[in-house]
Amino acid sequence: MSARDDILAGIRRSLGVKGSEAIRRQIVQDRLERAPRGVVPARGQVSGEERVGLFKTMAEASLATVTEVGSPGEVPQSIALFLRNHNLPATLRMGDDPRLQAMPWSDTTLEISHGPSGGGDLNAVSHAFGGVAETGTLAMISGPENPSTLNFLPDNHIIVVSAKDITSDYESVWNRVRFSFGKGGMPRTVNWITGPSRSGDIEQTLLLGAHGPRRLHVIVVRE
Amino acid sequence: MTVHTTSPQFKQNATRALHDVQLQKALNNVKQGFIDKRQAAADKLPEFEALRDSARDIKNHTLEHLDLYLEAYEAKVKASGGHVHFARNADEAREIILKICREAGAKTVTKGKSMISEEIGINHYLEANGITPVETDLGEYIIQLRNELPSHIIAPAVHLNASQVEQDFRRVHTHLDAKRDLSEPVQLLTEARAVLRERFLAADVGITGANFLVAETGTSIIVTNEGNGDLTQILPKTHVVLASIEKLVPTLEDVSQLLRVLARSATGQEMSVYTTFSTGPRRPGDADGPENYHVVLIDNGRSSMLGTSFEEMLRCIRCGACMNHCPVYHAVGGHAYGWVYPGPMGAVLTPSLIGVDKAGHLPNASTFCGRCESVCPVRIPLPKLMRHWREREFERHLTPASVRSGLNLWGFFAKRPALYRFATRAAMATLGFAGRRRGRFSWLPLAKGWTKHRDFPAPQGETFQARWQRERSRRTA
Ligand code: SF4
Repeated sequence: MSARDDILAGIRRSLGVKGSEAIRRQIVQDRLERAPRGVVPARGQVSGEERVGLFKTMAEASLATVTEVGSPGEVPQSIALFLRNHNLPATLRMGDDPRLQAMPWSDTTLEISHGPSGGGDLNAVSHAFGGVAETGTLAMISGPENPSTLNFLPDNHIIVVSAKDITSDYESVWNRVRFSFGKGGMPRTVNWITGPSRSGDIEQTLLLGAHGPRRLHVIVVRE
Repeated sequence: MTVHTTSPQFKQNATRALHDVQLQKALNNVKQGFIDKRQAAADKLPEFEALRDSARDIKNHTLEHLDLYLEAYEAKVKASGGHVHFARNADEAREIILKICREAGAKTVTKGKSMISEEIGINHYLEANGITPVETDLGEYIIQLRNELPSHIIAPAVHLNASQVEQDFRRVHTHLDAKRDLSEPVQLLTEARAVLRERFLAADVGITGANFLVAETGTSIIVTNEGNGDLTQILPKTHVVLASIEKLVPTLEDVSQLLRVLARSATGQEMSVYTTFSTGPRRPGDADGPENYHVVLIDNGRSSMLGTSFEEMLRCIRCGACMNHCPVYHAVGGHAYGWVYPGPMGAVLTPSLIGVDKAGHLPNASTFCGRCESVCPVRIPLPKLMRHWREREFERHLTPASVRSGLNLWGFFAKRPALYRFATRAAMATLGFAGRRRGRFSWLPLAKGWTKHRDFPAPQGETFQARWQRERSRRTA
């Protein structure tokens, strides 16, 4: 017997089932199809200004920095200012996200490059798929628009998120993923990011910038 | 497979640990750090207790239907272009992994932190076959340099102090300036970051564990704070996920429930920094990510725990809260347990996986104070399961000598003043903390733990020794 069949047979023996029971199959089928929500904390169940406010508070509690701009057109200036304020070089790596492409980068002196990171980029910007107010978490989706390496290799990661994409809870993000990718479908990678990289492995001391970005800066776009 | 374990020498291990000054200093960090942070995180979320119930129920439901969820999961991984391999035991798992590495022409393999990888001993096996494994979690990297096992499931190097890490870095990173300053933890971190960055970029295969697998979508999930697991899996051409079969959950909603209790129970964070959901290899148009995606599903003893009283142990999500709150762990650390899994969860799981003949001492390494159960996010009745192991030893009619040594262990703990002092001091400190903040004995999870295990008294009551005497007379009655 193959290892697979052997393991399944062993599980069935232990559970005292055959695996063909219609009722068990139905229960599993139903759960996979309905995907019931469990306990969703009340904390995130707010809307409008309050939800964006909660997102900011929670993201800052995770040691990200957050700023708001009124429109996408203000993002390049905001990033240039952030880099200047931290004495960082005026370079920026990004993918092909059309929302980022449409921004007026030529208003700034930023030196822009495109594509995934090979490890030599200090600064990168990505556009989030969404944000979760409950914990100040950003949801990123892999692809040529926002390559996953940009989330991890640069020292300073800037994430742009539209206020309208900030949801109350994780479950709402999954609903949007299903809407985009079909029920049961997923992008290759979904990254939830809550704050900059850190480690507590040396004497339980919290240190930022373990392997991923030392800084996480979030720009919330109002319009 | 021969399991390398010092579990049978638990007593000797414990004695050594109690006299290890460096270790005792490091263990203080566990007591001081994790307990307060977890409590603060739980207090901030009114639904925390309800989420623990929900987490327990999801795991129970999945285990009851594990055969069907595995089939559903497998079909989804295949549909997304990934490969699924099944391994009955550690030997099979190691062979599968080696074969994948060979096919990828691998020279070096980066690794994210994974307990199952420790369980199957993959590092030594790869090394013996000419492939260099590189642990990338900072704590795992440190213990790999020292050729040790992790002493904690989420903080593998918690038994070490910064000065010890400095010595190891100086010993191994000989290409760096010998006069460099490494006196601050941040300098150690920066050095490890630079050294490992090169390793990430050079690796041919990346091996990670999985905190969860989702049947609905064929997704594997890793949770890290460092980002090392992500660099491990997106940079090399091939990503291999190692997961034991009980990591499965039905849906994305279900895993979101579990994620809400995992980080809070583990480190007291609202959410870990990086939670990564991976489904299959690189898609058309992708500019990065692995070209090959393999999942190795490992049984290694789990399927025979189903349907027994130890099935409940398969709910474990490896958060570490039980050891963070365990007075015995605080006193002796993780290595004394002698194998991969320490603390209360190890005391229950290790005999299931490597045999009660080797690990029969571990279920006795407990004060039965009930704190582990009171904090376990999936409500595993750890003290009850430890008692079950002890009862099994009796039922199985182990040789009188082994039974005696089991009982002797109670005596060992009861009679060791140092251990007694550590254990009670830890318990008192916690109670004092709870009392100061919220009024005496109103720390509900703890109080609940105590009332549930009613035979354990309030702290100023019965002594360890009295407890042992009573336990012994009941046993022999
Ligand atoms: S037994 Fe419970 S508390 Fe211990 S590691 Fe597992 S889930 Fe966490």
